[in-house]
Amino acid sequence: MAVIVQTVFIMSAIAGILALALTLANLYIANYGECKIVINNDKELVVDGGSTLLSTLNEMEIYLPSACGGKGTCGLCTCKILEGGGPVLPTETPFFTKEELEDNMRLSCQVKVKQDMQLGIPEDLLNAKKYEAVVEFIKDETNTIKLLRFKITDGQEIEFKAGQYVQLLAPPYPGNPESVYRAYSVASSAQEKDAIELIIGYVAEGLVTTYVHQHLSKGDEVSFNGPFGDFYLRDSDCEIIMVAIGTGIAPIRSILYQMKDQQIERKATFFFGARTQKDLVCADEMYEFEKTIPNFNFRPVLSREPEDSDWKGDRGRVTDSIQKYIEEGVEQEAYMCGSPVMIESAVGELKKKQIPEEKIYYDEFG
Amino acid sequence: MPDINPFVIFMASIFTNNMILANFLGMCSFIAVSKEIKTAWGLGQAVTFVLTGTSIINYLIYHYVLVPFNLEYLRFIVFIILIAAFVQLVEMIVERYLPTLYYSLGIFLPLITVNCAILGVSLFMIIRQYSLLQSAAFGIGSGIGWTLAIVALAGIRQKIKNAPVPKGLEGAGITLIITGLMALAFIGFSGIVSVQ
Repeated sequence: MAVIVQTVFIMSAIAGILALALTLANLYIANYGECKIVINNDKELVVDGGSTLLSTLNEMEIYLPSACGGKGTCGLCTCKILEGGGPVLPTETPFFTKEELEDNMRLSCQVKVKQDMQLGIPEDLLNAKKYEAVVEFIKDETNTIKLLRFKITDGQEIEFKAGQYVQLLAPPYPGNPESVYRAYSVASSAQEKDAIELIIGYVAEGLVTTYVHQHLSKGDEVSFNGPFGDFYLRDSDCEIIMVAIGTGIAPIRSILYQMKDQQIERKATFFFGARTQKDLVCADEMYEFEKTIPNFNFRPVLSREPEDSDWKGDRGRVTDSIQKYIEEGVEQEAYMCGSPVMIESAVGELKKKQIPEEKIYYDEFG
Repeated sequence: MPDINPFVIFMASIFTNNMILANFLGMCSFIAVSKEIKTAWGLGQAVTFVLTGTSIINYLIYHYVLVPFNLEYLRFIVFIILIAAFVQLVEMIVERYLPTLYYSLGIFLPLITVNCAILGVSLFMIIRQYSLLQSAAFGIGSGIGWTLAIVALAGIRQKIKNAPVPKGLEGAGITLIITGLMALAFIGFSGIVSVQ
C-alpha cells in the first residue's frame, strides 16, 4: 500500500513541478501583455497581444479587407507596419514586390501582435464598419445572377462612394465548415443609407456564391463590412467611358445612380458585354437611365446571340464596341469592372484610342 | 560506470555513433525538414538544445528520484513527460523570439517531442550507465551529430534540386538513398573511437 501511495505521490510531484514550470513560462514568455498600436501616427489603441494583427484590428472594429479569412492566401489584408512587425515571414513574401517589402508592406493575418506597433493604414479603410442586415429580397436577374437587397438592421447608416465594395460574410453551412468573407461591389445608390444591393453571380464551388445562391432566402440575417476600394467616379469635366461584363455591372449601376441623383451632365457611354439578350442584367434600368441621366448612352454588346434573333444592337465583345464608338483626341476617362482578361484587353484597346493609363480606373474580379 | 572520457563520448556520438546515421533514430523530421539548409540548421539547433537539456534533467531525475525509491520501471513515462514539457518550453521561446524559424519549422517543432533520437539518448545513457558528465557529453554530442547529419543532407538536397532524378525517386525516395550513402560514408569514421 505504501509503495502505491509513494509511487503516485512521486509521479504527481514530477508532473506538478513540470506543470508549474510551464505555467510560469506561459505567463512570462507566451504572454505578450498589453500592446500599444498607433495607426497613421494618430489613432492609438491598446490591445492584448498574442493574436494576429488582422483579428486584433477586427476586434478593435478596424476592418481590413480579407477574402480568405486570415489564411494567408488572398493577399488582401495588407498594411504598412512601420515598427514592431518582426521579420517578414516566408508566408508573406510571395504577395509583395521588393519595393513593397522595403516600404514595410505586410500581411496583417500573418503578423502577430507581440509588441508596440506603428501602422500605416489608408484612411478610407479606417471608415469601414461591420453591419448586420436582413435579406429584403432576392431577384433572379438571369439563371446564374441574383440581385440581393440587404436592409441594415443594427441602426447604423452606411456611407460609401458609388463604386466601392463591401465584404459579405458567409457563415458555416453544410459543406463549408468555416466562415468566409468575399468582396462584392455595392450596386445600389450611395444615397440610400439604410440598405445596399449586391449583384452576385453563381460560381461553381465558390464558397460565398454557393451560400448566396443555395442557402440564403428572404428574411435571413447576414453581416457584411465595408466600404472598401478606390473605384469611384472622379471629379472632372471629361467624358466618361464605362465598360463592364456580367456581374461587373454592379459598381457601374451604383455610379449611374450617383449620376442620376446629382444630374451630372458629363457625356457618358456604358459598354456592357453579355452573351445573349437573356444575360443582360438590369437592362431595363439601364435604358431607364438613358432617359434620366442627361448625357448617358447604354450600349450593350452580345457575343453569343443567335444570328437570326431580333437583336438590333451590337454584336461581338466590348473591345469591338470600344474600337467602333470611342473617338480619339477627346479628353476621356474610363471606368471598368470585370474579369482580368476583359480588363487587360480593354485597357489595350483604350490605350490605342490615346486614353492615358492613369485615366483608366478598374475593379478586377478573379 | 564505464571508464570513458566524456570527450570521447562526445566525439563518438557525433561521428561513429551518430544518432541518425548509425542508430537510425529521429528519421521522420530528418527526411521532412531537410529541404533547406537554413531550416535544417534551425531544427538542428532546437533538437540539440532539447537533447542537452533533457539528457541532463532525465539523468538527475532518474538517479536522484527514481533510483532511490526503486521506481526505475517508471522511467519511460517520466522521460516522456519531461521531454514533452521541455519541448513545450522551447516552442514558446522560439515562437516569441524567432518567428521566422517558428513558421518554417511548423509542425515539426512540437513533433520533436516524439523524436526518437531524444528518448533514445535518455535510454542509452541509462543502459550504458553513464555518469552525469558523460550523459551531458552524450546529449550534446548526439545533438551536434544529428544537426551535422541533417544540415549535410539539406546541403545535398539543395544541390540536387534541379538534377534529373528519375521520376519514381523524386522527393523521399532519393532522400532515403542519400541517407544510406551518407551512413556508408560515416562508417569511415568508425575506426577513430569505439564506444558501446
